[in-house]
Amino acid sequence: MAKQNVQNAAAQAAVMRRVMRYIRPHASALMLSLLLSLVSVALTLYVPILVGDAVNCIVDKGLVDFETLGAILTKIMICVLLTAAAQWWQGVLNNRVTYDTVRDIRRDAFEHIQRLPLSYLDAHPTGDTVSRMISDVDTFADGLLLGFTQLFSGIMTILGTLVFMLTLSPAITLVVVLITPVSLLVANFIATRTYSMFKLQSKTRGEQTALIDEAIGEQKLVQAFAHEDETLDAFDEVNGRLRNCSLRAVFFSSLTNPCTRFVNSLVYAGVGLTGALAAVNGSLTVGGLSSFLSYANQYTKPFNEISGVVTELQNAIACAGRIFDLIDQPAQTPDAPDAVTPKHLDGKVDIDNVCFSYTPDRRLIENFSLHVNPGQRVAIVGPTGCGKTTMINLLMRFYDVDSGTIAVDGIETRRITRSGLRAQIGMVLQDTWLAAGTIRENIAMGRPDATDEEIVAAAKAAHAHSFIKRLPDGYNTVIGESGGSLSQGQKQLLCIARVMLCLPPMLILDEATSSIDTRTEQRVQSAFAEMMKGRTSFIVAHRLSTIQSADIILVMRDGHVIEQGNHESLLKQGGFYKTLYESQFAQ
Amino acid sequence: MKKLLVYLKGFERECVLGPLFKLLEASFELVIPLIVARIIDGGIRSGDTGYIVRMVLIMAALGLVGLVSAVTAQYFAAKAAIGFSARLRHALMKHIQSLSYTEIDELGTSTLITRMTSDVNQVQSGVNMTLRLLLRSPFVVFGAMVMAFTIDFDIALIFAGVIAVLCVIVFSIMLASIPMYKRVQNQLDSVTASTRENLTGVRVIRAFGMEDAETGKFAKRNGLLTRFQLAVGRVSAAMNPVTYVVINIAVILLIRGGALKVGAGALTQGEVVALYNYMSQILVELVKMANLIILLTKAAACASRVARVLDVKSSQQDGTLVPADDAPRGEVVFDHVALTYKGAGAEAIEDISFTAKPGETIGIIGGTGSGKSTLVNLIPRFYDATHGTVTVDGVDVTRMRKDELRNRIAVVPQKAVLFKGTIRSNLLWGNANATQADIDEAIAVAQAGDVVASKEKGLDEPVEQGGRNFSGGQRQRLTIARALVRKPEILILDDSASALDYATDANLRRAIRNMENPPTTFIVSQRAASIRFADRIIVLDDGKAVGMGTHDELLKTCPVYQEIYFSQFKKEEVSANG
Repeated sequence: MAKQNVQNAAAQAAVMRRVMRYIRPHASALMLSLLLSLVSVALTLYVPILVGDAVNCIVDKGLVDFETLGAILTKIMICVLLTAAAQWWQGVLNNRVTYDTVRDIRRDAFEHIQRLPLSYLDAHPTGDTVSRMISDVDTFADGLLLGFTQLFSGIMTILGTLVFMLTLSPAITLVVVLITPVSLLVANFIATRTYSMFKLQSKTRGEQTALIDEAIGEQKLVQAFAHEDETLDAFDEVNGRLRNCSLRAVFFSSLTNPCTRFVNSLVYAGVGLTGALAAVNGSLTVGGLSSFLSYANQYTKPFNEISGVVTELQNAIACAGRIFDLIDQPAQTPDAPDAVTPKHLDGKVDIDNVCFSYTPDRRLIENFSLHVNPGQRVAIVGPTGCGKTTMINLLMRFYDVDSGTIAVDGIETRRITRSGLRAQIGMVLQDTWLAAGTIRENIAMGRPDATDEEIVAAAKAAHAHSFIKRLPDGYNTVIGESGGSLSQGQKQLLCIARVMLCLPPMLILDEATSSIDTRTEQRVQSAFAEMMKGRTSFIVAHRLSTIQSADIILVMRDGHVIEQGNHESLLKQGGFYKTLYESQFAQ
Repeated sequence: MKKLLVYLKGFERECVLGPLFKLLEASFELVIPLIVARIIDGGIRSGDTGYIVRMVLIMAALGLVGLVSAVTAQYFAAKAAIGFSARLRHALMKHIQSLSYTEIDELGTSTLITRMTSDVNQVQSGVNMTLRLLLRSPFVVFGAMVMAFTIDFDIALIFAGVIAVLCVIVFSIMLASIPMYKRVQNQLDSVTASTRENLTGVRVIRAFGMEDAETGKFAKRNGLLTRFQLAVGRVSAAMNPVTYVVINIAVILLIRGGALKVGAGALTQGEVVALYNYMSQILVELVKMANLIILLTKAAACASRVARVLDVKSSQQDGTLVPADDAPRGEVVFDHVALTYKGAGAEAIEDISFTAKPGETIGIIGGTGSGKSTLVNLIPRFYDATHGTVTVDGVDVTRMRKDELRNRIAVVPQKAVLFKGTIRSNLLWGNANATQADIDEAIAVAQAGDVVASKEKGLDEPVEQGGRNFSGGQRQRLTIARALVRKPEILILDDSASALDYATDANLRRAIRNMENPPTTFIVSQRAASIRFADRIIVLDDGKAVGMGTHDELLKTCPVYQEIYFSQFKKEEVSANG
């Protein structure tokens, strides 16, 4: 436990140092902010003394020193205006430092995401990464801002009041200093007791969210199986537990405030007693007592705040740790310094002795070789989950091979820049993906400088023009995140149009037509046939009829390429391909 | 907002007692400055130490009583707020379950989930803070003013003035900053969207070499967010300094006015100190109130989002009829059925009529958007037909009891989803009372034997949320098994074999046909091979049934069917195999 704490502390310190590096460019603003905080704290503390002096000028009937009073009141006014100005300026500076820092961290994280290998992105849920980029960074910003504004001024206030009180009366100061820690002890006592309650609460809450996510996300299924009552029962069980543990957590933690306030009122009473007794024997003025009472209030307040700020800061550091964790993920190996960006490739592909696996303990592709001449058509077939997408991952260099080489036009792909290689390959994936934006922007994604005529021509070639025309704003129709209101088939047609516009020398089509109805597919197929003419194509599909005409068929199973040849030779071979092919007509 | 108040019913006692005890505590706080004034005027002036000690003891006693009241108040507030949110969540869950597919489509699931979780939490803390503080701060502010009036009328007027000025300042800063906060929130949404998009579309973005362009786009959005945050920061940073200045101007006026009165003998020194203390109390409470109002605006926005869900009424009413015992089991009749989806311009299916006899297999084929899924969704009454009637076992489905209807039907949806639990618990969804033999048979028919066998713990293999630890094909077979465990009269396979290879698909269909009591089976598919051997095939095109009959009949008479069929099977192979 203790060891773990030490480790935690070390990790927190490391994160803090990282944060400091981001803050460094704003060091001067931060210094100024600290200076202003010093000024405003000092002035705020000086005002009660002035008020005390003023009170001393007003003793009794006929005993009022108006002249001194006027001077004091003017001083108060000046102090107050200066304090306000300092506070405002400090607030603006703190905002600037915090939000600029956060902007820089988000920018770095985003840039890093662009360089992260697909192996990381595939293995981590999108929601988790988004939550690091958004909510974690937000929580961090809140904590940082609170830290800047309250932590320093809180400490300054405590020290300042101590100094001022000591100058007024060391004896009474002792009373304050002795009683105040009690409130810290009480707060700490409550915090440690409630920590486990809060942990239980957030655990139960997580459990409930998972249940809600499942039950509402699959509401249709719940209804189809008439499972509403069972689901509600399961929900009520968690809901009941959540109610019980929340009540405990919320109630017990809400005791902190009344308890510390009670201790504060004891401090206040103590100051009142000792101060009044001192005033009776003449060692303190009535104005001094008034200043003291207001110090007693100001001195105890930061203690409560600081304990809150420390919790927030710890939370913020934990969140910063999560975002740095993302930024620290190793990036993909950068392009080789001598990597080339070819202008045009013919599309000759040579795969030699390639081995590849996602995890070392599960070998996938082993000693795989394939030679494709420009313009040839390669079909990849096999049952579900046989690893067909692995081939795409390797060809596009989304993943790098473990050993062996892949070469295009005789150049090893690792010696071509990634963007240069990918620009030569047109890809239509099974998961259609569209960016939020207009139809036009989506089609022109690969060539933002394309003219309207070219875009329309590409859309026509992909048989997308007729449905686009019928949309409310035609090519300027804005589609929402991930395609929004378009049907799956329409999205697919847009993805095809996107490739049609670029027409690179190599194509990868991943079950690209599976969501388009057969008749539209026929038209698309003919467009594809036209597009594939003279282009090296890799096609992944379930439909055997569409790949019978392929020059080379790769048959995959369980991640391995088990057969290789053309339709006739594979049928003759009488292996897995034959079984696969014949099953299409089986009863 | 008001709509949600009904969930506080039963907590009336807590809702009254909570704030009441809070006010009690506040009243004790308001007395303190008066006691200090007494100490100064009555104790110090006359040197009466006994009086001073008594007054201080009263102060400490008031603190203790205040503590007890505050704790009581916190308890009642927490109890009411948490009881309220637990009930609200229960009501929401129940309500959402009662909605029909039409409403679920309209609302969308992700927003329903946020509303049930984070929105309800916000409302809960809103209720809690309202019960604790909403009355307290104004009470102290106005209480301080009233106490000031008891001390001196003229000086109390300063209090009235300063409270009015502060109200104006606090509210105008808030009104100015609320739309600015909203703008920040919207911009944050756009940054989130940018991040999401880059993660979900990473392959396409990299394939098109768009990394730099995307980074530029993100930097722009991110920079704008910072600008909006700084703008609102400048405004809200003004709040504290401005209130501080106003309060202290009031203090100066107070001391000046006090000095004149003391000089004239109309006021004592202790009373001036008391007035000053009251002014300080107002400052403290104002800061608290500003924070509370921000919290409450947030909570109110969340409450209205929650209330909107509860306002959605189900468009379906449950029927009361149950099919007669001697009715045919598994008969489905469509009589001139049409359906227009809510908000859609055209009918999704129109004028469909057919009869499926018990045990028959009906194939439904057609292009994307031709209405295949729509047609089968009408059988378990997921949607209500807008024209015509759908009859199951001799009873109009809109007049049959929903649980009765759905217990006769098993659906295997397009998207294969499993629930968190084990393979066994998922299969028992179909029928909680299924025996081991039932489960084994369902697994065998669904071709899922090797899925179970490949798992270390077999049937008790844990399933993660959504079935993530199973491949698409494995999930699909398990969802088919889940449906078969139900021993349904009617089985609907809604394009549910798409992730299966052709061989497995064929084996599955054969196994279903060879079951002891084969269900009336509806197979929706885009693959001609999947429906080729059905007793009857319905060919849909743009919502209309353009052909109905056996494979051989359709191949002769239906041009759409021919087109689909020959696009998937070459002519010569058909003649060779057929």
